[in-house]
Amino acid sequence: MSDVIKELEKTQLRTDIPEFAPGDTIKVLYLVREGAKERVQAFEGVCISRKHGGFDETFTVRKIASGIAVERIFPLQAPTVSGIEVMRRGRVRRAKLYYLRGRRGKAARIAEKRSTR
Amino acid sequence: MAGLIGKKIGMTRIFNEDGVQVPVTVIEAGPCPVVQVKSAGTDGYGAIQLGLGAQKAKRASKAEVGHAAKAGLEAAPRLIREFALDSGEEYVVGQELTVALFEAGDRIKITGRSKGKGFQGVVKRYGFAGRPASHGHPMSRTPGSVGPGTNPSRVIKGKKLPGRMGGARTTIRNLQIVRVDGERNLLFVKGGVPGARDGYVLITK
Repeated sequence: MSDVIKELEKTQLRTDIPEFAPGDTIKVLYLVREGAKERVQAFEGVCISRKHGGFDETFTVRKIASGIAVERIFPLQAPTVSGIEVMRRGRVRRAKLYYLRGRRGKAARIAEKRSTR
Repeated sequence: MAGLIGKKIGMTRIFNEDGVQVPVTVIEAGPCPVVQVKSAGTDGYGAIQLGLGAQKAKRASKAEVGHAAKAGLEAAPRLIREFALDSGEEYVVGQELTVALFEAGDRIKITGRSKGKGFQGVVKRYGFAGRPASHGHPMSRTPGSVGPGTNPSRVIKGKKLPGRMGGARTTIRNLQIVRVDGERNLLFVKGGVPGARDGYVLITK
């Protein structure tokens, strides 16, 4: 990648994003524009993947909404992602939790990460 | 309408005011000195010659150096291209054109040399359909029949057949400028632009 683009992307990287990893339960505050009004929508669920990295990074959040599984992919650097709150740290052994898609209920639980400190 | 010569840097994304991702090609354009002005009186048509960059003195031919010296340039430009002029447009030799020529929102044309694709079949080259992938069809991307039989007993000229694809001068019209960076001579154009990275492109309105 050219230096010009690298530099350009670097200067635009956000610094206000908390540390989170797949397995964590997170709440994404997402700006929704309805006509002229702007409103913050929360999407709470388990982060099951983080992809690409850098300026192009995206993450997938999965939740069960009234019995139906919903997955949403957010661009991490987008200004429409106004905030991310980490609700719970999960202990998982892989980077992509796609196996959760085949499970429901008890089998889809994730153990809470115990702090090492 | 005069334009600029630029170099394709690569692609990235920009988030606009609505937070929507816009794919953009970054082009380093200009500054381009006017090397020569052609007029209907002397040359039969109106145009300007623009230059880009500088060649090492030992690489440039004497003709190139002399031509550049006439325009008051120290070194011969790496690239010289001509742009047709509309009537009423006035430029002077030695004048420098920059990205200030354009502003965000402008619709432009970009000409470049497309990436070479090598020898390709008709499906990729001309968008022929090929045969269906499923329902018991054998795999096939052949062109099929190339015309009638005994009469005329030849293939009609211009029939689309496999062959070399890409590596040709390509113009894309109606591209939109998203952002102009005058300091670094950068243009941000929405969408793709013909050619490989570091390839030269011509930008006109």
